[in-house]
Amino acid sequence: MVRFENVGLRYGSGAEVLRDVSFSIEPESFQFLTGPSGAGKTTLLRLILLSLKPTRGLIRLFEHDTAALAKDEVTSIRRRIGVVFQDFRLLDHLSTYQNVALPLFVQGKNESSFRAEVLELLRWVGLGERVNAFPPTLSGGEKQRAAIARALIVQPELLIADEPTGNVDPSLARRLLRLFVELHKTGTSIVIATHDITLMDQFGSARRLVLGDGRLHIYD
Amino acid sequence: MKRFSRHSQNASSPRLVNSDSVANKALVFVIAIMTFLGTLTGGAASLVRDASVEWSSSVAREMTIQVKPLLGRDLLADIALTRQIALSSPGVLQAIATSKEESSAMLKPWLGSGLELGDLPVPILINIRFDRSSPPDALTLATNLKAQLPNVVLDDHRTWASRLYALANGLVAVAFVVLALVLAAMTLAVAFATRGAMAGSREIIDVLHLVGASDSFIAKEFQRHFLWLGIAGALSGGGVAIASFGSLGWASRSWMSTPGGDQVEALFGRFELGYVGYAHILAIACMIALLTGIISRLVVRKQLQKSP
Repeated sequence: MVRFENVGLRYGSGAEVLRDVSFSIEPESFQFLTGPSGAGKTTLLRLILLSLKPTRGLIRLFEHDTAALAKDEVTSIRRRIGVVFQDFRLLDHLSTYQNVALPLFVQGKNESSFRAEVLELLRWVGLGERVNAFPPTLSGGEKQRAAIARALIVQPELLIADEPTGNVDPSLARRLLRLFVELHKTGTSIVIATHDITLMDQFGSARRLVLGDGRLHIYD
Repeated sequence: MKRFSRHSQNASSPRLVNSDSVANKALVFVIAIMTFLGTLTGGAASLVRDASVEWSSSVAREMTIQVKPLLGRDLLADIALTRQIALSSPGVLQAIATSKEESSAMLKPWLGSGLELGDLPVPILINIRFDRSSPPDALTLATNLKAQLPNVVLDDHRTWASRLYALANGLVAVAFVVLALVLAAMTLAVAFATRGAMAGSREIIDVLHLVGASDSFIAKEFQRHFLWLGIAGALSGGGVAIASFGSLGWASRSWMSTPGGDQVEALFGRFELGYVGYAHILAIACMIALLTGIISRLVVRKQLQKSP
């Protein structure tokens, strides 16, 4: 599904942020990506999301060499990946409903074909009463859940979550983790970038990818 | 925000480019001004073209014969002979000599009132009207007149008309150049506004890309946004232009009934656009609105091509 071979990345003429990173993410797998702040977790996720290009090395996504992708192929690959950003990145001028439905809107789907599904998902993440609310009026936890719902609505083959429990209390963090585990059971591969050791301990069987000094260490 | 929210909740597809900004309002204002200038130019060109068509049409069915008073010749007999020769030419329908009163009225603006024509060697004009489909041969008619009347000159207006026609065509060409410059300036304004909107919406574009939006989808969203701005600006500018021409037409109708107005009307025609002129204004306004949408789409596509 995802394969990195000797991937390196530097910003401008600075030192390499990532060095010789090699790993793969298999279908239906669950892994945590961890490491100290500034280790390059978000950078690694951005490489998977094709919003950064590596300075060297090979990245293959869904059997495609990302160095040779056309623009429309980039779009079709992104549609197979759900993403939860650390800072949520909800669009403030759209309602919670519209934010969650955004990946379906951009695919040109008719609203009548997904409205019930979006409302059901919003109820499932506990935002059934906040459908018409706008992000500036949502709490941190509500924004987090809206961002997760937006990532889940397309039933992605791969879900990437950057610090998904960073802004929520421990109880909600456990609920969110259960949500990811449920999704994993339906066949979605999960990558969660986190500092939260308690969270990782709750799903001890998951693989751990640890970034430090620009290098990646894998603990199966 | 409230206005936008209400709109976006009711729409099947939300507006992804935020429409509430000072820059948007400024752009609507710029498009309105450009549309007003463009349609004003187009309307003026339409007036000039209509006037030139009117001149051509009048000239195409009239000629003038000038009978000069000559010592030793009977002017009245010369006028009668001139009319007889003219009316015998094939295609000539009428040959009407101007009366003393009409000649006096024509000379009044230059020589003042109370003019006694008998004291002056004023030529008499004979207005020849002919069938437009089979006009008389001006050269033959001039030769026939000259053979019997040395004091007669035929003027078929062609030199005068061709100069006026060239002037009118020149003015229309200048109007097209001005219109092209206005459109070029508007194109630049929309292109810069689109780039500004893209810079202000960088976060939105990034999120759209990451949730699977294609460049074409994003460009279409910007096109939709700017098309609405273009329609708002073009309708405002076009509306003001239509109101201006309407007011000018109304004012000119009152003014044209004066003696000075009659002279101006004879030369330039009426300051009224007519349905075709108003249709031109609407066409220019629609073209500007469409152009705004197309330019924004092209600019967005070009900018997105540069992004990773």
